[in-house]
Amino acid sequence: MRNLKLIILREYLARVRNKTFVIMTFLSPIIMVGMIVLVAYLSSLNSDDSKIIAIHDENDTFYEEFSSTDNITYLDYSSLPIEVALDSIEKKDYYGLLFFPKSEDNQYLSNHVEFFANKAPGISFISEIEGKISTVLTNKELQQRGVDVNEINNSKTNVNLQIENFSGEETSKLSNYVKMFFGGAAGYLLMMFIIIYGNMVMRSVIEEKTNRIIEVIISSVKPMQLMIGKILGTSFAGITQFAIWIFFGGILLITVTTVFGIDLQATAPVPTTEMDAGSQEEIQKIILDIVNLPLTKLIFCFLIYFIGGYFLYSSVYAAIGAAVDNETDTQQFMFPIIVPLMLGIYVGFFSVISDPHGVVSTIFSYIPLTSPVVMLMRIPFGVAWWEILLSMAVLVLSIFALVWVASKIYRVGILMYGKKPTYKELYRWMKY
Amino acid sequence: MQNLLVAENVSKKYGDFTALNQLTIEVPKQSIFGVLGPNGAGKTTFIRIVNQITMPDIGKIWLDNEPLQPHHIQYIGYLPEERGLYKSMKVGEQVLYLAQLKGLSKAEAKKRLKFWFERLEIGDWWNKKIQELSKGMAQKIQFIVTVLHRPKLLIFDEPFSGFDPVNANLIRDEILKLRDEGATILFSTHRMESVEELCDYMALIHKSNKLLDGKVSTIKKQFKSNTYEVGIEVGDETVFKNQLQEKFQFEETFFHSIHHDLQLNIKIEEAHTQNDLLQFLMTHGRINHFKEVIPSVNDIFIKTIKSHA
Repeated sequence: MRNLKLIILREYLARVRNKTFVIMTFLSPIIMVGMIVLVAYLSSLNSDDSKIIAIHDENDTFYEEFSSTDNITYLDYSSLPIEVALDSIEKKDYYGLLFFPKSEDNQYLSNHVEFFANKAPGISFISEIEGKISTVLTNKELQQRGVDVNEINNSKTNVNLQIENFSGEETSKLSNYVKMFFGGAAGYLLMMFIIIYGNMVMRSVIEEKTNRIIEVIISSVKPMQLMIGKILGTSFAGITQFAIWIFFGGILLITVTTVFGIDLQATAPVPTTEMDAGSQEEIQKIILDIVNLPLTKLIFCFLIYFIGGYFLYSSVYAAIGAAVDNETDTQQFMFPIIVPLMLGIYVGFFSVISDPHGVVSTIFSYIPLTSPVVMLMRIPFGVAWWEILLSMAVLVLSIFALVWVASKIYRVGILMYGKKPTYKELYRWMKY
Repeated sequence: MQNLLVAENVSKKYGDFTALNQLTIEVPKQSIFGVLGPNGAGKTTFIRIVNQITMPDIGKIWLDNEPLQPHHIQYIGYLPEERGLYKSMKVGEQVLYLAQLKGLSKAEAKKRLKFWFERLEIGDWWNKKIQELSKGMAQKIQFIVTVLHRPKLLIFDEPFSGFDPVNANLIRDEILKLRDEGATILFSTHRMESVEELCDYMALIHKSNKLLDGKVSTIKKQFKSNTYEVGIEVGDETVFKNQLQEKFQFEETFFHSIHHDLQLNIKIEEAHTQNDLLQFLMTHGRINHFKEVIPSVNDIFIKTIKSHA
């Protein structure tokens, strides 16, 4: 135990004192905050950018239907010949020209309205214009068939489904976004942590191997002890770094936003588009949603899966470090780490969000290499305790198994120099 | 005499490859014991087994009459063939860390470290990083790491490889001093001169088998062939050779000499003694050189390996 403490302390200090580590600890939040501010700034620029569109209508009936909005201003160019109109808008650098050919037939028009522009317009712009034209043509068609448009408009009913859970609490329709956000953030954080600090473990193993100090050390301590000490020491360094990032980044973000007065809301498009009327009420519901999330459960599970997932992967990283002589040789062994991690994230973002309790999500939340990420994403949607405990049990068992296998490879690998081993050789090492 | 380290029928296999086959070795207390063998003979495997880095498949090891156990690590000091330290760690911290892993308290390690820094004339290196030191300096530090916890058993794997002559001498003297202070030293080397110079006992390992072991002087006696190296000035060499041939076997040899003499290796059969040979030579010419041919460890090594091939 005394030796384990010594190893953890040395590994921790070695990581924390490393110049790159120190620089990254303080530079990363600055870069992150800088990027957020930049994105916020750019998107605020973007929304100011209003477009001017000329309309050339040979029927002289559509222009009134297009009322200018904040973003788009419509101008009537119907009186000019089309060539002159095009020439003119090009000179004036307008966004484009909408051309309605002469026709009484709305069906014909629906396929023959043209839009001229220098730059190809974006998809959202196209669908906006299409929607508008479609409304205009539909209304006109209805009128021609003798239907009163006002009558139709008045008879439209707007449905706003009130969602409640069985205990009668109202939840926001955005509830799923909230859950997705919390689950996704947890899963993503875990993946980042595993990749950053797992790599650190691996590099530190390779360093000991290339320094040739390894033999001196393992003549004093058991290789397993060294490996575990290394993983723990590095993870403490990681937690320190994460804490500084959150603390320092938080302060920086608050300072920057208050000093420059940038509205970060502008960067969060999801809630703003869906909330118009009664948005106050919606916000209250979202807050209620967050409060109603199984927070203690979430935090507890986050800790367990975080530690478990990290241990699982970093022992593999340690084994890889031991198997090779230098960092360039690690590529061929990275596959078993990156694939399950990416799989976890993809299953999380596609499968869990569309169907949190479907077969795919459920299975992947039991498989140990993907379960930390996938289960963390599922939990906000409500997962039964027995399911969580089962998945945790599988995780813990496989940690023991994998640490054991990794330490076998590690034990042999750290004393092997020269040639790059194959998977077959790694398997043989386990039996030494 | 008591043995500090005993290995009994130790075998180790890596897959199909036998690294050690039924090795039995006894290392007496306060001796310098050389484990000899060509590269790949199994020396390092044996040393790693003693260090409990690898476990033997079968066989037993005793240290100071106790079966080898994990806590014995603190009684062993090991200088591996491939040496190295943490490059970016400071000298002081590094030695303290490694000494603490061997069970020393921090205060005790500090005290002893100061003593060794003086003894090896290491100046103010405490706060220097290993990467700032020269290779020779780093090796001195490595030596200190090996001996700081005053191990009963010191294991040196190819101790002189990589040391410059000055440091090699320094280390050799320190090794002898440590032996005199009570430590037992296990050497592994393929350089025969160092065994010649230092070792009291030796074992010869070849292709994972022990071919030979025992006291160096005893082994040398076993291998000597009662041959004498002679330099003699005679009148007529052909006549002398003819007369010599009747009593003794001989062959011409060469050694450095300031005289212009006949140089011979003469073997004495059991019927004669060296005095008989001397008497014969005295009556036939002027003797400049007369010396018993003692086989070098190198000769023994080559001879033994050849006879087992």
